[in-house]
Amino acid sequence: MSASVIEHAARLAPCYDVVVVGAGPAGLSAATQVASEGLSVLVLDENPAPGGQIYRAITLHAQTGREYLGAAYWSGKPMAEAFLESPLTYAPGARVWSLDPASPEDDEPCARVGVSLGGTSRHVQARKVILATGALERPMPVPGWTLPGVMTAGAAQIALKSAGLAPSGRVVLAGCGPLLYQLAVQLQDAGADIVALLDTGPGIGSAWQWLPPFLFSPYVLKGLSLLAKVRRRVRVVSGVRHLQILGDAKARQVLFQTARATETLDADLVLLHQGVIPETALANSAGCALEWSESIRAFQPKIDALGRSSHADIFVAGDGARIGGALVAAQTGQAVALAVLAQLRPGRAEHYERQRLAALKRSAWLQRGRRFIDAAYLPTQPFLAPQDSSTMVCRCEEVTAGTVREAARRGASGPNQLKTFTRCGMGPCQGRLCGPTVVELLAQEGRISPAHLGTYRLRPPIKPLRLAEIAGLPATADAIHAVTGVWPPLPDAR
Amino acid sequence: MFRKVIAGDKTLSFRFEGTDVRAEAGDSVALALLAAGIDSSRDSVVSGQPRGPYCLMGACFECLVVIDGVQNRQGCQVQVREGMVIARQRGGRNTSADPQG
Amino acid sequence: MEQREIVIVGAGLMGAALAWALAGLGHDVLVLDGGDLDPRASRANLGLVWVSDKGLNQPDYAILSRDAALHWPAFAELLQAQTGIDLQLQQPGGFNFALSEQELEKLTSNMAAIAQQTGGELGRYEILDREETRARVPDIGPSVVGASFCPYDGHVNSLRLFNALHLAMTARGVDYRPCHPVERIDPADSGFTLTGAWGSVGARKVILAAGVDNTRLAPMVGLNAPLMRSKGQVIVTEKCRPFFPCVSGALRQTGEGSVLIGESQETQTLSLAVNHDISAVLAERAARVFPVIADLNVVRIWTGWRVKTPDGMPIYEQSQAYPGAFVMLCHSGVTLTALHAMEIAPHISAGMLPPRLQAFQSRRLHVSQSHCGG
Repeated sequence: MSASVIEHAARLAPCYDVVVVGAGPAGLSAATQVASEGLSVLVLDENPAPGGQIYRAITLHAQTGREYLGAAYWSGKPMAEAFLESPLTYAPGARVWSLDPASPEDDEPCARVGVSLGGTSRHVQARKVILATGALERPMPVPGWTLPGVMTAGAAQIALKSAGLAPSGRVVLAGCGPLLYQLAVQLQDAGADIVALLDTGPGIGSAWQWLPPFLFSPYVLKGLSLLAKVRRRVRVVSGVRHLQILGDAKARQVLFQTARATETLDADLVLLHQGVIPETALANSAGCALEWSESIRAFQPKIDALGRSSHADIFVAGDGARIGGALVAAQTGQAVALAVLAQLRPGRAEHYERQRLAALKRSAWLQRGRRFIDAAYLPTQPFLAPQDSSTMVCRCEEVTAGTVREAARRGASGPNQLKTFTRCGMGPCQGRLCGPTVVELLAQEGRISPAHLGTYRLRPPIKPLRLAEIAGLPATADAIHAVTGVWPPLPDAR
Repeated sequence: MFRKVIAGDKTLSFRFEGTDVRAEAGDSVALALLAAGIDSSRDSVVSGQPRGPYCLMGACFECLVVIDGVQNRQGCQVQVREGMVIARQRGGRNTSADPQG
Repeated sequence: MEQREIVIVGAGLMGAALAWALAGLGHDVLVLDGGDLDPRASRANLGLVWVSDKGLNQPDYAILSRDAALHWPAFAELLQAQTGIDLQLQQPGGFNFALSEQELEKLTSNMAAIAQQTGGELGRYEILDREETRARVPDIGPSVVGASFCPYDGHVNSLRLFNALHLAMTARGVDYRPCHPVERIDPADSGFTLTGAWGSVGARKVILAAGVDNTRLAPMVGLNAPLMRSKGQVIVTEKCRPFFPCVSGALRQTGEGSVLIGESQETQTLSLAVNHDISAVLAERAARVFPVIADLNVVRIWTGWRVKTPDGMPIYEQSQAYPGAFVMLCHSGVTLTALHAMEIAPHISAGMLPPRLQAFQSRRLHVSQSHCGG
């Protein structure tokens, strides 16, 4: 039996046992697990095919001729194929724009998920929701980063994976983190001309205390060999302290500074990357509590040992909960699914719990050495909180770092008041690209920890949708009265 | 800025700002434009700066273009189709009474 | 302990406008403000400078709103001159569009009643049929049966207003302290002591401009600020080129281009979560008024608590038990800001609110509360 693929909101059932948001490794793994136990599962994902970002387009193309994508990428294919063979409902191209936790006043408490599919919106009920929304690139606000021809490392990987597109001109990679080095190898293998990899990371000196577990982790050999491979083939400049992208209508050059020298490189494409952070928009808008993680300097959803958010019916798995990469996400997706199963099928709880603990054990093993990687690749302050006042922070509303700092000095007490003072965060990206920077700038100006500042409070819709779609949602008598002050006439008896 | 490393078998043609552009079936509009050498597909709303795609995963909203008369569509979220008419998103949009391009 | 002449609790449009005006009159002013996520009506409003259809059976309030609208041009000019910020005030007159004959009838009778109750002061308005409405607003949809039009109505960029007030008050020497929530106010010999986790400060005069928190603070200084629960919700679209040069009570286009769509009132809920059913009704009505906006993308929907008394009128009152303590609260705060700054602040400076504001004392609510059984 294979997955039922739907493409229009009219084909959504009113209620499912479990709704999974996201079809990356965590979502695929969770959905497959729940569906295998016979519960009704709906998987909602924005992309046209399963895989999320890391395994993007993995079911769409043959491996032959695409070896440059690497063994780690292709190892995800069986999971995606197993998903498509599972007895679940799968909605590719679905945009989830709202999530409301169950109301304790309801007889049968159900979470409500707002979905736009095929140009129409519906609300779907779920006994449990598993958020597997993955990660976002941490923004890297350097002067000139809004020029055409500047993209993220993730974008270059999407181009490669989904469309077989590699950069045709001179590429400069800049930032820090293992993904940047992975990309360097992938691009080289695909024939790209990499002028340099400018490493802005703090260096492993900052991570010494986490070294021992890293040495015994699955990463150490792969990581060291990756670094060695890149350094053999590409010019790597370490200790980059300042970066500027130059150009008029598009990026033309990259200026960088190390302790020793300043240099300018000609470039046709600049790819930036300084790590990934959890994508928390849906959890945030649902009112799930967020907490600040000092080790990755980002907000993440507060979860308990089961992966449950501060709302009992909303679970979070994968990078959207804790950054750990694809293999860990597959395990935590499975673990969370088993926690959900134990709640929905309490008669088999012991059985599920045993499996869940096994998945967690595998996940823990895969995460050994994670703290070292996080610390060794944590961006330095100037790349988190730009010094140059002309650097764009909010790309949508074109608010600069200088404006944000000035508003902080004038008394903007936090990211939400900052919106009032500067419009920062009010654009269509809803703070995805400016939130992390804003928090760092305000923290620096106010000498206060981001943990105490908090972040933007989001409300639905967390992705834009047409006014007509919202107009098409059902209206209740209470709502009509709330807007017009008048009770609508009762429907005629038929 | 980008070139095909591995060619697919289904090509198609769409129009961008009055010019015919070739693309591969299954590519997103944003990628098809990049592959055709078009680095910037919109002018920013506040100050009219040229902008191009940044994240290609639907988070940055830089890849906004007009697709078949519908304004402010994220090019990275739409698959290119034969005969599509695509235009730059020049700043803010208009109401449907007065569409752009 | 620090001693100040005037301490204002709350730095929203109310507190900032009073602080600016009082500092301009030579007073020493300290403003204590809450935190980042405290309820703030100043960032949850439509930005209307609105007169029409307000104050039914409340002629004092209807006239107050009209007077506020008349103060706006001079107020805006003054603020703009001091800060260089264009507040984008426009007072082209406003429409309330009717989507049914019943709605048009209700508008007609309300406006007539208000005109009659105010002795003709609010008599400047028109009731338009469909053809007349369409002649003035060509983009209206086929469901619009008519509209009221009032020349006093307008709108302003309320975020710029907030910013301008903050800049201008600071420029005049107002001391602004965010993240200083006031836990307690105790009457003292020389006035009042305000206390919070941050410490204490003494004040000769205290002005409560703390929005929904006034209910808690007011009794501490012998005042009363009962509020009803009134949740509003507004839909915000992406930016769009100007299509609607006027303004309506339920929809306006900001200077940046976003379209704001309201209005709703929920009185039974404790939650600020977005109500999707209400979004549907707001969106559906807006798309019927202006079909041309049906394809605009909605980028945000927000909610907020109105600072609304049970009868909807402001409370402007000085404490009798503790003179020098004032409570200043209202909903429709954008409209009334010009009045607060230009007309009321000088009276606070002189120590006494003017006789015409007696109608806005809270004792009127005790009477109506006892009639309705609380």
